[in-house]
Amino acid sequence: MNFVIPDFMPAVPEIVLLALASFILIADTVWSKRYVNATYYATQFTLLLVGVLILASFTTDTVVTFDQSFVRDAFADVLKIFIVIVSLGVFLFSREYLKQNDFYKGEFFTLGLFAILGMFVMVSSYNFITLFVGLEIMSLAMYAMIAMQRDSSKATEAAIKYFVLGALATGLLLYGLSMIYGATGSLTIPEVKAIVEAGKADSVVLAFGVVFIVIGLGFKLGAVPFHMWVPDVYHGSPTAVTLFIGAAPKIAAFAIVYRLLVDGLPGLVIDWQPLLIIMAVLSMVVGTVIAIAQTNFKRLLAYSGIAHIGFLLLGFIAATPEGYSAAMFYVLVYALTSVAAFGMIIALARTGFEFDEIKDFKGLNQRNPWLAAMMLIIMFSMAGIPPFIGFYAKLVVLQEVITAGFVWLAIVGVVTAVAGAFYYLRVVKVMYFDSAEVEGELKATTKEMAVAVSVFSLALLVLGLMPAWLMSVAYNSLLV
Amino acid sequence: MSLGYPILSTLIWLPIIAGLIVLFAGRNNPGFAKWFSLGAAVLTFILSLPLYVAFDTTTSAMQFVERVSWIPQYNIEYFLGVDGLSMPLVLLTTFTQVLVIASAWTVIKDRVEQYMGAFMIMQGLMIGVFTALDSILFYVFWEALLIPMFIVIGKWGGPKRVYATLKFFLYTFLGSVFMLVAFLYLFFQSGSFSILDFHAMPIGMTAQILIFLAFLIAFAVKIPMFPVHTWLPDAHVEAPTAGSVVLAAIMLKMGGYGFVRFSLPITPDASMTLDWLIIGLSLIAIVYIAFVALIQTDMKKLVAYSSIAHMGFVTLGIFLVYSIVSKTGDVQGAALGMEGAMVQMISHGFISGAMFLAIGVLYDRMHTREIGAYGGVVNTMPWFGFFAVLFAMANAGLPGTSGFVGEFMVILSAFKANVWFGVLAATTLIVGAAYTLWMIKRVIFGSVANEEVAKLQDLNRREFAIMATLAFVIILLGVWPNPLLEVMHSSVDNLLIQATTSKL
Repeated sequence: MNFVIPDFMPAVPEIVLLALASFILIADTVWSKRYVNATYYATQFTLLLVGVLILASFTTDTVVTFDQSFVRDAFADVLKIFIVIVSLGVFLFSREYLKQNDFYKGEFFTLGLFAILGMFVMVSSYNFITLFVGLEIMSLAMYAMIAMQRDSSKATEAAIKYFVLGALATGLLLYGLSMIYGATGSLTIPEVKAIVEAGKADSVVLAFGVVFIVIGLGFKLGAVPFHMWVPDVYHGSPTAVTLFIGAAPKIAAFAIVYRLLVDGLPGLVIDWQPLLIIMAVLSMVVGTVIAIAQTNFKRLLAYSGIAHIGFLLLGFIAATPEGYSAAMFYVLVYALTSVAAFGMIIALARTGFEFDEIKDFKGLNQRNPWLAAMMLIIMFSMAGIPPFIGFYAKLVVLQEVITAGFVWLAIVGVVTAVAGAFYYLRVVKVMYFDSAEVEGELKATTKEMAVAVSVFSLALLVLGLMPAWLMSVAYNSLLV
Repeated sequence: MSLGYPILSTLIWLPIIAGLIVLFAGRNNPGFAKWFSLGAAVLTFILSLPLYVAFDTTTSAMQFVERVSWIPQYNIEYFLGVDGLSMPLVLLTTFTQVLVIASAWTVIKDRVEQYMGAFMIMQGLMIGVFTALDSILFYVFWEALLIPMFIVIGKWGGPKRVYATLKFFLYTFLGSVFMLVAFLYLFFQSGSFSILDFHAMPIGMTAQILIFLAFLIAFAVKIPMFPVHTWLPDAHVEAPTAGSVVLAAIMLKMGGYGFVRFSLPITPDASMTLDWLIIGLSLIAIVYIAFVALIQTDMKKLVAYSSIAHMGFVTLGIFLVYSIVSKTGDVQGAALGMEGAMVQMISHGFISGAMFLAIGVLYDRMHTREIGAYGGVVNTMPWFGFFAVLFAMANAGLPGTSGFVGEFMVILSAFKANVWFGVLAATTLIVGAAYTLWMIKRVIFGSVANEEVAKLQDLNRREFAIMATLAFVIILLGVWPNPLLEVMHSSVDNLLIQATTSKL
């Protein structure tokens, strides 16, 4: 029996994350009574440490370990670093919200860390089993996070919806993966790729497998027609949780789409491309149209997020390395914008007052011109108006989809972008043109919040003036 | 031609930075906001003068060029430069800005710093539109401009301002996204976003027609041409005075500028095939919209409609080229129409600005724009009456004012192209005079209509200075348009060559 000890080095960030998350989970029971903030700081420290570890060992080589089930490449490293950045921001905002709403508990942070571990595993998966395990780690942690507010019926409903639909999606994905396994006889992504490209597998079985995989991914991304859970979950969850599920998991979902469809099944592009086209068009149109009718800001962001996913898919539809890079750029920008937008709600929310209705923003310019200006940046960035970074995200996916020959898709995209501008403008309108229902200055809950939300919003402007940097990050990680 | 320093970047970023400073430092300090903005506007104007002085009139090449890589992944550059077509528009912008800031001196009381800041930022962006030579950079300025304008109309406008501003934003946004798709397609074909590269690349006929139509939607909305003009009267009427001035004097010119910078040189064959469409729409604007203006009871609305009619001359002059060339075979003969269109743009910038400022003066005193509420204003405001009549005459195209020069040149070349075009275009001399002078008769002359008019104060020194400056420029250009024609000569010739050289 020949037992080889695998190379642990590529997985050090994950191992450290797991170890520290487990430690915090146990330690929290001991120290939470005496040191209320210990878990929070330990969590942020863990994230920073993991981020530094990844940066320190950043590599542009592709390293595979654990019997070809785990990969470390530039793509994985970049996405992990962004997951860390986004999550740092998420926890920073969440803390204040949790304090105000009286569930400032260690579980939120430890569950969050485990979800992030799941995302890391997803991003680095090189094998169907690894991918599935990562997905489950993330999803289970998130079900629990949504349900944490036990006395809120809305949150419980959201958790059950998310759980049932999430389980269904996972089942479909697993079913699709098993079909691919049946046809190719392999679970390892590069092997599957080689077998499919050599034409040694039954194409009918593969096609069915792809359909189920795409449906499963569609659920995870929240693309139409598999989007029903998104608005209810966004709306029902406590804002801190919405913030969490609206940002980093999108990056992870992007990663598994890339790993499965591009790394694993590029030979079946002819099968998955039309499916993605349908999903992209429906997402852009349905997301935009329904968002127009929303009065709740969280639901608005949910539907607009669906439309954003439609744009993201355009990059995959292009089916070129540049297209995938454009999609990656899009998801990074979307995650940052999303943190800024939900962070704004949290910064303005008070105990018992969620600040999540659009009308709550009435007259914000009178009450706090600085935050109103920040919100203006976030809204116009989401709408894709230059000079904010959201414009460049749309620009590159549209460019790639046109280069791939789908001019009509680009036209659908820009028309929905115009329709979408309407509901972002409505928020700006409410802030600037309507007079406030409540007089008096409205400050962010803490100075820390105001600074954090300003940093994220101004980043949208600064990155928009100099988009080359973030773009090169996305492009180099896929093209080298 | 170039100077020792990046003059175009200075002109773009100086007002934007000044605007940001005003936004943040001017809170609760309206005096600072006003003086700082005025200072920055005057400084920008002075700094823009070297553009004219050092301009080389013998070449049609881009001058004062600045070019650095901006987004290397897509070969997008920070690429600026002006030629004879854009340089006068830059000067128009910097000049108008001073008056715009001055006009809001006492009227705006709420959130002065945001108002001033928005206008300063807008100025930088407008100059950016006229000087950008990279299409994405152009698009960035073009679109970013909507944000401050959206806020200005929506916040300081009239009663229906929210409706007007949303309509303005969405109309313009819808128009411009098609232009963006056209840019992306052109990049896909040429591998560059540089407008000059677009000028040089060959394009097939179908693609040309689609690109032309995409540009047409964008620019037609901005100009605005019939039938997509409906946002303009709303936006104009609801906008505060300075907003109307900026809209009419500068933002409308972007559409005309777009035609000469993009449509004609990039898609010459499609422009030739579809010139009937533009000429038709222009003539409808000139004739039909002029009659619409005749029946308006709101002064601002009347001037807004007259703007649409006057902008019809711009598009008409630009697209007459093909009929003149096909009829006479003389490219030089077409230059008259093209130069007429360019002069008309500049002159309309001054005249419409002056008209809106004059209406603003009355509105500040009486808070109504209804023609019926006035009468006999000249009795109480003699100086105002003098200027108003002068501007009205210029609006009607009286010889000796700048309004005459452009219109006359376009009408002359219209006769060259087709007698009927000329006849239809010339009706404006009658109808235009009718609606403007009839308004003047009802507002300015006659006996004092009511007590409120009787109590009116004449122009104060600030208003007098604004009016006098505009009057001076309008008459100067009217009697001596040569300095303007001179700078655009080579560029217009070059444009005509580009427009008449097939790219198939």
